[in-house]
Parts: sequence; structure tokens; C-alpha cells
Amino acid sequence: MDELIRAVEETGGQSAEIPDFGAGDTVKVHYEVKEGDKVRTQVFGGVVISRRGGGAGETFTIRKISHGVGVERIFPLHSPKITMLEVVRRGKVRRAKLFFLRKKKGKAARIREKR
Amino acid sequence: MSGLVARKVGMTRIFREDGAVTPVTVLEAKPCPVVKVRGASARAKGCDSVQLAYGPQKTSRLSKPLRGYLEKNGVEAGYARLIELPFPASEVKPGTEITVSLFREGEKVDITGTSKGKGFQGVVKRCGFSGGDDTHGCKSKRVPGSIGQCATPSRVWKGKGLPGRTGGERRTVRNLEVVRVDPERNLIVVKGAVPGARNGYLIVRKSGRSGGSC
Repeated sequence: MDELIRAVEETGGQSAEIPDFGAGDTVKVHYEVKEGDKVRTQVFGGVVISRRGGGAGETFTIRKISHGVGVERIFPLHSPKITMLEVVRRGKVRRAKLFFLRKKKGKAARIREKR
Repeated sequence: MSGLVARKVGMTRIFREDGAVTPVTVLEAKPCPVVKVRGASARAKGCDSVQLAYGPQKTSRLSKPLRGYLEKNGVEAGYARLIELPFPASEVKPGTEITVSLFREGEKVDITGTSKGKGFQGVVKRCGFSGGDDTHGCKSKRVPGSIGQCATPSRVWKGKGLPGRTGGERRTVRNLEVVRVDPERNLIVVKGAVPGARNGYLIVRKSGRSGGSC
């Protein structure tokens, strides 16, 4: 009975609106970080290289190059800690998972923009 | 000390307010009418119990004896199964419907059901043996090895883990947290996994000394 499971999932604490985005898009994720008893918002921006799972368990992976080092972070799509999700750039890619980017550097790791 | 019968819908995950993810199992418990109430004196074990009807079914699919039995006790026929559970007799009378509102969020429950059948399994899966090396020329990858000593005791110890039919047994998981109760949809959401396959019937009881035994 999928409807019943979906009914439970929908009552979760989603706060941010999820735009339509997929692999190849460059996005910025604003998420809450707890430091001691202070809560502040951090931004993680980069290329979406994968979206996987469905329902409440759906996640997406963002990859960026930070100080010359590749950094990847996986976010639960429906996490209430994500306060905002914005699409900066639409990428033109031909596959759903862009794991090949991990082996590319500099110019080779560019993604064409969707027109 | 009270409980009801629910059906396993499936698993998902939900987010708590602080963003923590909790794996949960969704159970659907349609109202179970009380068919019969038995006081403590009526039972050898010395505690109150009730007989509940569950498993909605077309009346035409029921056997005539069952239909007659339900109607005699003032329950609208339309349930395929009966079960007796410990339950305080003073709180209910025949015809009362036990619903999910029996449980509150944050409460602990014990869930009993029949685990998934795994067929004939070896000792690594069935008894948690470590098995041998996969490499380095090892010839005993998943075998049980020796099952005992020689002249003393000249027999195999009782309880020795050996291959055989696995799963498909009655199992109870204790102290699961009730994460959410939805009286509108007859849903109970508990933290963690419960025995059995989807659509299997489960007994959900309040945890604690008086809830589990008796």
C-alpha cells in the first residue's frame, strides 16, 4: 500500500521548496549547521552529479573543487535542515550520473550550459 | 497490558525536527472489535484477556460457524480471524472497537509476528558462525567444521548450531518507539524494523512487564 507510506512521508518536516533540478545542474544548498547552541546557515555550491532514491529517502550528491581538492557532499533531498535550494546554472549532460567527473580536471571537467 | 493486531505496510524514513533521520515501519491497524471478554478467573494464567476479531473480509467468504459466532457475540460479521490477547477486562465490553488511539506517540511497544522464511540455510547465516577465509588457499569457506569432541562426551551438545530451515518463526521485537499515530488512516508508525513480510499480520502490544508476559 504505497499510498499509506506516502501519507506518512508527506507529513515530514520539509521546509524548503525543491526546484526542478538534476545531474549537471549547478546548485547552491543553504543548510542549517548547529555549532554548540548556535544555528547558522551555510552554503554549499557545486555541480549535482547524482540524484538517487525515491520518496522520503531521496538524496543528491554535489561536487565542487575547493582549494584544488574535489569535495563531494550528499544531502537528503527532503531534509528540514535545507532552508533553500537554488539552481544557478542548467547543465547539458547526457547521463544521469556524472561520476566520470571525478577523473576529470580543470577544463575537461566543464559542463556545457543548456540553452 | 493491551494491544491489537496490525498489518505491516512497509518501511520508510522520516525526519525529526532537528533534521535527524529515523527509519520507521508503517503499520495499518483497522479497528478490531472485541468479541469476548474473559476475566482473570476464567484463565489459567490469571489475567484478563479479550478476544479480538481482525482481518476485514467479505461476509460471504467467511465460514458459517465463524459468521454465526461473531453475530452471536454482537459483532458485525466481516472479520476473518480471531485472536486472544491480555487486556484489562474492565476497559472493554463485547462490541468495543480497539483502534490505534490505544497508543500514544513516544510510547514503547512490543511487536510479534512471523519472520520471513529463508529456506534451508547454512551455519554462517543461520547461527552467525564466522566461516573460513575466502582466500589464502582456505578450503573451509562456509562450513560448520567440527561439531564436538571425541570420547567425551561422545555426543553433540544440545543447542549446537547446525544448518537447517531458517526464518518463518514467531518472533517478538521489544521496546520499539511509537513515532507517530494517525487515527484517521488507522496508522501506527514505529521506529525500526518488525518481523515478517509486507501485508503480514502483527500483534502490537504495549511494552513493559504487564504488557509482554501474563
